[in-house]
Amino acid sequence: MHIVVLTKPVPDPAAAAERLGPDGRLDRAASPAVVNANDEYALEAALKLTETLGGDVTLLTMAPPGATDTMRKALAMGAARGILVTDPALAGSCTQSTMRVLAAALRAQSFDLVLAGADTSDGGGGVVPAGIAALLGLPYLSNAARIEPDPTAGRVRVRRITPTGYDVLDAPMPALIVCTQALGEPRYPSLKGIMAARGKEIAPRSLADIGVPADTVGGAVATSVLLGSRRPPARGATRVVRGTPTEGAAEIVALLEERRLLG
Amino acid sequence: MHPVSGSSGAGRLTGEQVLLRDTIAKLASERIAPRAAEIDRTGEFPEDIRRLLAEHDVLALPFPVAHGGVGGDLLTICLAIEQIARACATSSLILIVQELGALPLLIAGSPEQQARWFPDLASGRTLAAFALTEPEAGSDVASIRTRAVRDGDDYLISGTKRFITHGSVAGLITVFAVTDPGAERHGRLSCFVVEVPTEGFRVARLEHKMGIRGSPTAELTFDGVRVPAANRIGPEGDGFAIAMGTLDRSRPGVAAQAVGIAQGALDAATAYARERRQFGREIGEFQMIQAMLADMDAQTEAARQLLYTACGVIDAGGPDVARWSAMCKLVAGDTAMRVTTDAVQVFGGYGYIDEFPVERMMRDAKITQLYEGTQQVQRLVIARALIGRDRG
Repeated sequence: MHIVVLTKPVPDPAAAAERLGPDGRLDRAASPAVVNANDEYALEAALKLTETLGGDVTLLTMAPPGATDTMRKALAMGAARGILVTDPALAGSCTQSTMRVLAAALRAQSFDLVLAGADTSDGGGGVVPAGIAALLGLPYLSNAARIEPDPTAGRVRVRRITPTGYDVLDAPMPALIVCTQALGEPRYPSLKGIMAARGKEIAPRSLADIGVPADTVGGAVATSVLLGSRRPPARGATRVVRGTPTEGAAEIVALLEERRLLG
Repeated sequence: MHPVSGSSGAGRLTGEQVLLRDTIAKLASERIAPRAAEIDRTGEFPEDIRRLLAEHDVLALPFPVAHGGVGGDLLTICLAIEQIARACATSSLILIVQELGALPLLIAGSPEQQARWFPDLASGRTLAAFALTEPEAGSDVASIRTRAVRDGDDYLISGTKRFITHGSVAGLITVFAVTDPGAERHGRLSCFVVEVPTEGFRVARLEHKMGIRGSPTAELTFDGVRVPAANRIGPEGDGFAIAMGTLDRSRPGVAAQAVGIAQGALDAATAYARERRQFGREIGEFQMIQAMLADMDAQTEAARQLLYTACGVIDAGGPDVARWSAMCKLVAGDTAMRVTTDAVQVFGGYGYIDEFPVERMMRDAKITQLYEGTQQVQRLVIARALIGRDRG
C-alpha cells in the first residue's frame, strides 16, 4: 500500500495569533505553523493502514519553503518521505490553483490511496480534495469513519458518515478519501521517530517540475479575493429555560412578550 | 494553556530539539498533568507514567543509539525533564534518575558493560538508581562506610544507603563502596552495578516526604551482597571521581526540574490572575499582582537560560564543568522555591489548599535546593573553582 497524505501547514490554533497581512494574505511570521489538525487524523489513518498492510506513506504539501519544519513533525510520526511543492509564483493561490497544483504533483506519483483531512483550520474551504479527485478522475470517498482496503482485489471499502448513520461505499483503487476524526486520535511522535525524521527526504518540486505554467496560478489569477477577516460579535449571555415543556413554553412566551417580540 | 509556555531557546535549539520539547510538552499536558494531584495525594510510584515515558522513548534519551537509546545531548535531556516537571515533578524524576543511575556506566562503563545493561535501561524495562548517600555521609561523600571486600572473582558489599530515589523500584543500582580503607580520602571508593533483587539486599524502609511524594525514597541495606568483579565500573579507587563526574552531569537535570516546576507555577498563577475577580475586576489588573508575575517570569527565564548555557558548556567538556553545573542548579533551585512561594501568594488562601496545584509545586520545589548537593555545597563548588581548592 502506497498512501499519499495531503498535509498543510496552518497557523497554530493554540497560539491564537493568526492574522492577515496588509496584502490580505496570511501573515505567516505572526504565528508558529503546525500541521493542520484534520490532516493529522488522515496521517494517523494512513500510518495504521501501512502498519497492518505494509507499504509506506508519502506527505504532499504545497507551501512556502519554510514548511519543511512543519513536515518534519509529520515525518516524525512515521511518514516515509515528503514532497513539498513550493514556488514563489504560488503566493496568493486560490483553492482552484491549489487543487490543480496538487493534482499535477500527484500525476507523477504512484499510489493506492490519497488521504486528506476534512478541511483546514485556516482556509476552511474544504473543496480541495474533491477538486483533486475530479481532476484526476479518482473515486471520491468522503466523511470516512472506517477505511478497509483490499490490496489483492485492488478495491477499498469506506464507511461514510451520514446524518442518519453511515453508508458503506466500495471503489477501485487508486482512490481519494476524505478522513474524519472518527478514524482515531493522531499519535504523538516518538522520540526515536523525531531523531529518524532528520534522515528522511523532503523533495522540493517547483511549478516547472510538475508541469504547471506559473501564470496559471497565484494571486494574480485567483478566482476570489479575501477582503477581510473578522471575529463574530460577542453574543449576550445565554438564558437557559428549564422545567416541563408547559412551564418552559410559558416562560419563553413571557420572555418574548417582555421584549415585545410577539405581535 | 498553550502546551509550551515560557520561552524558547530561541536561536539555540535545533529544529529537532524544538519538536522533541513540544512533543513532550503535549504529552505532559495531556497525559501527565491530569495525574499529578493524585500521584501526590497517594504517594504511589506512577507505574502508568513510567510506561508512558518508556513507550515514547523518553527514558531512552540518555542512552547511545547503538544500545537502543536516542542519544540525546544534555540540553535535549534537560528540555524533556523541564517539560515533564512543569506538569509533575515526581514524574520528571523517572527520567532524571534513569540518567543519574546510569551515569557511572555512561561515564566509565566498559563497552561490554554498556552493551549488557543499556538496552534494558533505554527501553525502560529496568529502572536505575544511584546509591551514594549514607546516613552519616551526605554532603561529605568521602566519609562513606559501606564496604566492598574482594572474595575471589567477586566482591561482598555490606552497609546502608539512605535517601535513594527509586531504591525500591529499580532493578539496577550503582552503588559506591569503600574498597581500600587505607587509601587517601579520594582513593577509597569504587563503584559497582548491583542487580536487584539479590541475596542480602533489602529495602529497609521508605521515607515519608514533604514533596515529590510519588517518587519512592528508600533506605537500602546490603548484607554481604555478592557482586561479580565484572560489575565494578572502572578501576578500584575510581569511585570518588566517577561520583563527582556523575554529579557534574546530573545537576543540570535537577536544574531543569526546578525550571519546569517554576514555569508550571507561573502558568498556574497567570491563569488564576486572569480569572479571579476581587473589587470588581480581575486581580491581574492590580499592579501588585502584575509585579509578582513579572518577577516570576523574569527569574524563571534567567534560570532557564543559565541552564541551557551550562548544558552546552558541560557537553563540550573542560575544566569548568563543575562550576557551571553547580551554578545552574543553585540558581534554578532557588528560583523554583521563590517562584512557587510567590505563586501561592498570588492565589491567596486558595493557594494553600490542594484544590489548586501551586501548594504541591511549592512543596516539590524545596527538594531542588537539597538533593544532588545542597545549595550550600553548590556554593562551595563554585567558590572553589573561583578561588582555588587549597583555600576553599
